[in-house]
Amino acid sequence: MTCKEAKNLLNAYVDGELDSAGSLAVETHMRGCASCLGEVENLHGLASAIENGSLRFKAPAHLKRRVQGAIRAANPQARSSVFYWRWASVLASALLIAALTWTVTSRWAESSEEKLLVNDIVSSHVRSMMANHVTDVSSSDSHTVKPWFSGKLDYSPPTKDLTEHGFRLIGGRLDYLDNRPVAALVYQRSQHFINLFVWPSNDTPTGKEEQLARQGYNLIHWTQGGMSYWLVSELNLPELKECARLLKQ
Amino acid sequence: MSDQNEMTAFDQAVLPHLDAAYNLARWLTRNDEDADDITQEACLRAFKYWKSFSGRDCRSWLLAIVRNTFYSWLRQRSVQPVLTDDGEMDDTADSVPDPESTLIQNVDRNTLRAALEDLAVEFREAIVLREMEGLSYKEIADIAGVPIGTVMSRLARARKRLQIYLAKTASENCL
Repeated sequence: MTCKEAKNLLNAYVDGELDSAGSLAVETHMRGCASCLGEVENLHGLASAIENGSLRFKAPAHLKRRVQGAIRAANPQARSSVFYWRWASVLASALLIAALTWTVTSRWAESSEEKLLVNDIVSSHVRSMMANHVTDVSSSDSHTVKPWFSGKLDYSPPTKDLTEHGFRLIGGRLDYLDNRPVAALVYQRSQHFINLFVWPSNDTPTGKEEQLARQGYNLIHWTQGGMSYWLVSELNLPELKECARLLKQ
Repeated sequence: MSDQNEMTAFDQAVLPHLDAAYNLARWLTRNDEDADDITQEACLRAFKYWKSFSGRDCRSWLLAIVRNTFYSWLRQRSVQPVLTDDGEMDDTADSVPDPESTLIQNVDRNTLRAALEDLAVEFREAIVLREMEGLSYKEIADIAGVPIGTVMSRLARARKRLQIYLAKTASENCL
């Protein structure tokens, strides 16, 4: 094997892509060739530098949810089947479990489910700020934002412009909450951002407003016209309440 | 299979490879935001073709879709990638520095990252698939839609360019 022939095979040799005869021929040549030997050492050095350099990028946490949301939004029929199976499994448990136990269980499940949801809402809000991905569609015009959601969701979220009241609509985004794609509308009040999450709800509207504070963020929740609303922001509570009041009008 | 079962099957088969998909997209686009978009679009495409996926190597399949998505995105933006010819190994003229002087030791991670980002896109993808995903020449050839010989020569040229870049940076730092 000539040096030129060997040089052409060094990468394949290092990558373990040569058959045993080829490897043997390269190794025999290298015993008498310092240049090829040095190059192989360099190739090994480069490979381990790349390996040890932790150059691999990890998918950011929000991406998985974004992907799942997008897939489910692209395939809205699936949601009804989730409901069907959930309903069926609830029915089955109802038959199996004694009434008292069932009540206790479902109450517990409900409260911990809501806790999870609140955490999810706060993280969605924080993520939208951190990832610099506040809006998918940027417009202060509700007539631009509203149609953007059609085709992406199986419902049409109300997109109210509150600019004249000091809450500027800056756009909308598709998010994923409560096991479904949801609309996120983004409002801005001075330098603060407000996320409004809206999705259809089966809860009976109580007319009551829930107020929560988590990790320094204020949340306001209500149900109106068959939709569940969640407002979340680092904005102070009185101003956020004002925003909720205007949205409800 | 119901839609829901199908989605669950898709989640279980494809989402474990989200890191690999994102890593390739990130190295191809060289920025976070575009990498997010390419990965999401690729997953949507993957879901669309999920029914016709034969079920062999899911990671390679997804990586091929990421790559295609990236190139069609590039075409849409009408930015032509700087493609270099894939001819014979004729890089001997590239003045290969002395092996001794280019011995790669304690390469700074940022320099290495910059060296990789500096590579032409088809060299970069070959290095990412080989060194970070550990794929064989055959697998890379399938993903990139080129003959195995081309993969071999792209890798060889990519590595030579990396070595030259690193040697150059090292000598600049010594001055």
